[in-house]
Amino acid sequence: MKPAPFAWHAPEDLAAALALKAQHGGEAQFLAGGQSLVPAMNFRVAQPAVLVDLNRVAALDSLAFDAEGTLRVGAMCRYRRIERDAEVARRLPLLVEALAEVAHPQIRNRGTLAGNLCHADPASEMPAVMLALEARFRLCRHDGERVLPARDFFLGPLATALAEEEMLAEIQIPALPPGTGTGFLEVARRRGDYAMMGVAAVLRRGPEGRCVAARLALCSAGPTPMLAERAAASLVGTRLTAEDFAAAAALAVAEIDPMGSVQASPAYQRHLAGVLVPRALALAAERAA
Amino acid sequence: MKFTIRVNGVEHTREVEPRLLLSDFLRHEIGLTGTHVGCEHGVCGACTILWDGAPVRSCLAFAVQAEGHEIRTVEGLAPGPGQLNPLQQAFRDAHGLQCGYCTPGILMTMTAFLEENPKPDEAQVREALSGNLCRCTGYQHIVDAVLLASQA
Repeated sequence: MKPAPFAWHAPEDLAAALALKAQHGGEAQFLAGGQSLVPAMNFRVAQPAVLVDLNRVAALDSLAFDAEGTLRVGAMCRYRRIERDAEVARRLPLLVEALAEVAHPQIRNRGTLAGNLCHADPASEMPAVMLALEARFRLCRHDGERVLPARDFFLGPLATALAEEEMLAEIQIPALPPGTGTGFLEVARRRGDYAMMGVAAVLRRGPEGRCVAARLALCSAGPTPMLAERAAASLVGTRLTAEDFAAAAALAVAEIDPMGSVQASPAYQRHLAGVLVPRALALAAERAA
Repeated sequence: MKFTIRVNGVEHTREVEPRLLLSDFLRHEIGLTGTHVGCEHGVCGACTILWDGAPVRSCLAFAVQAEGHEIRTVEGLAPGPGQLNPLQQAFRDAHGLQCGYCTPGILMTMTAFLEENPKPDEAQVREALSGNLCRCTGYQHIVDAVLLASQA
């Protein structure tokens, strides 16, 4: 239960951090909040030869809305800062609602959103929330950068589209249009545990009250966070009634691919999705003014 | 590598390997064995300390990362030798511990919690406690102790 030896670098700016990653490649890992990587190192499941610690890169600890209303979250922004930000709670309530389900305050005091996303645990809440909110990820390397939609980032359990030299430097979450309501619900064995099933719903009503846009993303529902696209599409044009939600839930249950765990069989996870999807949709619809 | 850390207001300079966990540094390098080590992967909460005033798992940080930060452990709670602070006294009065293994972590979690929520209700206390495991199943008395401390 002690980490294997490693060389530790604690650069103070992004360029130095990216240069170190380029230099050491796959031997090196970035260390952000450490709430997933350090347990893995304690178990020696992860044995990076080099750690590029980002905790002293002050510029990465950023959280701000830009002129278009997009929330920009830097790689070192800790969960606690996001969940306590009144403006984030007002403009992106889904993020704050789901954050309350992420582990415990002691973990959220250190853990970062970017680190969680790079860990890419399909049972984790935030990857699904990023899909529901259509987030974009800015991936930086020493000699350039690219922006990737969240849905192209998650490739499988603990696997992402990050290249060896890249860092997820910034998460960009676009503003929700007027008339949008969101809801997040999950079932876990205990508060703070990984979800056996979690559902993030985003609904937008048009002027006549009909649904004009819908997004539905689920965690613990497959090898990656899962978008239920057919279920979401079925809601567009409806009046968002209980029958519409039941029909969408039936589609969502067929779209997901839960893998099961010691706590829940795939059949039980599908059952949970069938229960949670209509509830999350009802919550979002009620909030979509 | 050589680094300096501030724990309970006292500076310590040591030569350590970067892989040394903060929990092990506290216990083995500077002898503050009040910080207990349970699971070593961030689940049990026994090693909770205050990092710049916020409760965090000391088993999920490397000691060298703490340079420049204010670390507070259970040894920093009591006002003086042989004395207890109001939270510690409440744990004693309400029988808030049995074996005591989880107690230091819970005291640090609740120190920060009560600073932010001086008059919590029972549900808030239970939620704040959710990141600390007690295997004596003594939660009821722990909740009682925190509520008692908040009434002091």
